[in-house]
Amino acid sequence: MSAEDGDTPGVIKRFLFVNRKAPYGTIYALEALEVVLISAAFDQDVSLAFLDDGVYQVLAGNDPSGIGMKNFSPTYRALDDYDITKLYVERESLQERGLPEDGFVVPVSVVSRAEMAAIMSQQDVVLSF
Amino acid sequence: MLHTVNKSPFASPTLTQCVGHLTDGAAVLLIEDAVVGATEGTASGALLAKCLKTHPVYVLRPDLMARGIGEGRLVKGVQCVDYAGFVTLVTEHDAVQSWL
Amino acid sequence: MAYEVDGKTINADEEGYIINLADWSEPLAAIIAKSEGLEMTPNHWEVVNFLREYYNEFQIAPAIRVLTKAIGKKLGPDKGNNKYLYDLFPYGPAKQACKVAGLPKPTGCI
Repeated sequence: MSAEDGDTPGVIKRFLFVNRKAPYGTIYALEALEVVLISAAFDQDVSLAFLDDGVYQVLAGNDPSGIGMKNFSPTYRALDDYDITKLYVERESLQERGLPEDGFVVPVSVVSRAEMAAIMSQQDVVLSF
Repeated sequence: MLHTVNKSPFASPTLTQCVGHLTDGAAVLLIEDAVVGATEGTASGALLAKCLKTHPVYVLRPDLMARGIGEGRLVKGVQCVDYAGFVTLVTEHDAVQSWL
Repeated sequence: MAYEVDGKTINADEEGYIINLADWSEPLAAIIAKSEGLEMTPNHWEVVNFLREYYNEFQIAPAIRVLTKAIGKKLGPDKGNNKYLYDLFPYGPAKQACKVAGLPKPTGCI
């Protein structure tokens, strides 16, 4: 980021974090969540997208005690404190996985695949996990 | 032969590849992210329902719980095992093939 | 590094954050506070206990901005501000109070 790019302090960019992996099988979900929390310090316009296997990250009732891993589901509920409130879950991804459109650990907006595509296209920066 | 699959069928073709290689007496065990594939109302669930006519299918319960999927969502006939059950399955079969 | 409590050794990282969160106790907190040069008052304990409750609920130690806001919401605006919290924990309320509370360094702390 340099002055040539027109980046001056106070410029707010739209950041989208794209979550496409199931939690616990890989470290992507947890890493994404930590980056999101850290990015909140920069006061940017942050949105989170959950699609494909990423929808499993925000299901209520995740209990990894049996596989010896820390349960980071409650941390999604702290996002509100960090002023991150735009969480989008893709309807088609839920349908393909036989999942209902409710029962999430945190308030989310369920959007269609076309709406998700539009949300993605509106961003300044897209970070994929 | 005990076949284990550890990738989500929505993200990797390994479950389909595994099911295409089952011989008499073979069993399938889904672990880690693969457990999400055993849910009712999914393409992989339908594949497993067909597979269940000839081969037992198991999922590792702790991995299912970690991902917030209740046992009630599983395709009928799929059996849940814990780690001890995993070990028993390994001892009951002459070899284990992991579809990584 | 490590702390000594009642003849027991409690391991901590090089910055003084304890390794195993289950090792925490009030006597340990008092010892950590002392090594930070803090004299614990009821106001200090209030913040430390608030942090432990926040961690229990959300599994993270909040960033300072979030801590300030959350404390304001729960304990009132005269406590939910930087001056009050920095007076209690001069080296950074999030960092220092988390250390005393036996939590990891705050996520989003830069």
